[in-house]
Amino acid sequence: MCTVCGCGTSVIAEHGSSKEPGGAHGGSSHDHDYPHPHVHHDHHHKHNHPHPHKHDDHHHENADGPIDFGKGRAGMRIPGMSQERTISIERDILSKNDAFAATNRTRLQNAGVFALNLVSSPGSGKTSLLVRTITDLKDKWPIAVIEGDQQTSRDADRIRATGAAAVQINTGKGCHLDAHMVGHALDHLSLRSGSLLFVENVGNLVCPAAFDLGEAHKVVVLSVTEGEDKPLKYPDMFAAADLMLLNKSDLLPHLDFDVSACLAAAERANPRIRSLTVSARTGEGLAAFYSWIEERASVVADSAP
Amino acid sequence: MHEVSLVESVVALVEDERRKHGFSRVRTIRLKVGTLGHAEPEALRFCFEAVTSGTIADGARLEIETVPGAGWCSSCHQTVPLEGRFSACPLCGNVHVRMTAGDELRVAEMEVE
Repeated sequence: MCTVCGCGTSVIAEHGSSKEPGGAHGGSSHDHDYPHPHVHHDHHHKHNHPHPHKHDDHHHENADGPIDFGKGRAGMRIPGMSQERTISIERDILSKNDAFAATNRTRLQNAGVFALNLVSSPGSGKTSLLVRTITDLKDKWPIAVIEGDQQTSRDADRIRATGAAAVQINTGKGCHLDAHMVGHALDHLSLRSGSLLFVENVGNLVCPAAFDLGEAHKVVVLSVTEGEDKPLKYPDMFAAADLMLLNKSDLLPHLDFDVSACLAAAERANPRIRSLTVSARTGEGLAAFYSWIEERASVVADSAP
Repeated sequence: MHEVSLVESVVALVEDERRKHGFSRVRTIRLKVGTLGHAEPEALRFCFEAVTSGTIADGARLEIETVPGAGWCSSCHQTVPLEGRFSACPLCGNVHVRMTAGDELRVAEMEVE
């Protein structure tokens, strides 16, 4: 049966399998440039509804044939009542999130704010790293933080203890921040031009990879107490990030963690990723991280209107 | 399990379409999901019924077309299959392969009435 207008009785082509000639309504020739789910008509007809497909060389309307409103599934047509039809959409599922992200990005750029989205599995030391970074940079840059956690404002409290402004987002059951949430959080922060904004995402090495928040860069934090093959096991996050911070380097003497294997794994997941080995506890390697930030943040601050 | 959010986004797109086209029921929703993307078709299927329940898409059938990874190899000058987002060309080993397919995450079409 036709899934568009309800006519016909036999199913000839399943979705994804019909590209052969003759797979056309009424046996006429219209060549699809994609597999399609239609069944085929055994009669000429004119559709009584807008036809949403992008057929090339579309000939299935017979000028001599009847304009038949009674060939639908119901065998009749009542004005205002529609029967089945197919609507072509072709929209990205994340298009709404991406639109919010674009708004956030413009807003941040216009405000001269350099934003980083910190992502990692739980317990890699994101908050400790932020506390240390804020302490070291707060005299040079105004800094604000958006904290994402399922529950509690513990992380925001830790950040506020450094003197930086922080907004806590509780995602409830949610496993990631999305751009809409971050847009609301931005409403609660008065960001001065030339500020740094750190968004600490929900601890989760999978889901936050998919959601653009409007940040300048995603920074993935991995700690040496995790497996060195994590970039290969969770490649999406490493593919989405521009910088990897390999944290807790002060623990390396006590572990069998192979740093070079880990860096190689990160490069396999993303040949363009930059990696820095750091310790939020001792401060090792953080100067390089700060240079990385300041280089980019200066450009954003200077180019703000 | 960000697939829940993804299905919620699908429902939001369906709502958009309903405002444009005015239908009362969705029979089928067809998605295109790339194998190199971050969404797992099985997870989408798993949460689809629960997420769409009580929405305009309640009772709709979910069909997922998976799109295999492919990329343009700058040495072979042709499209080659791609196993990973940054995989080397399977024909010549060149690592400069630009992904051209496989990260789709789209609502392709729906059948409505």
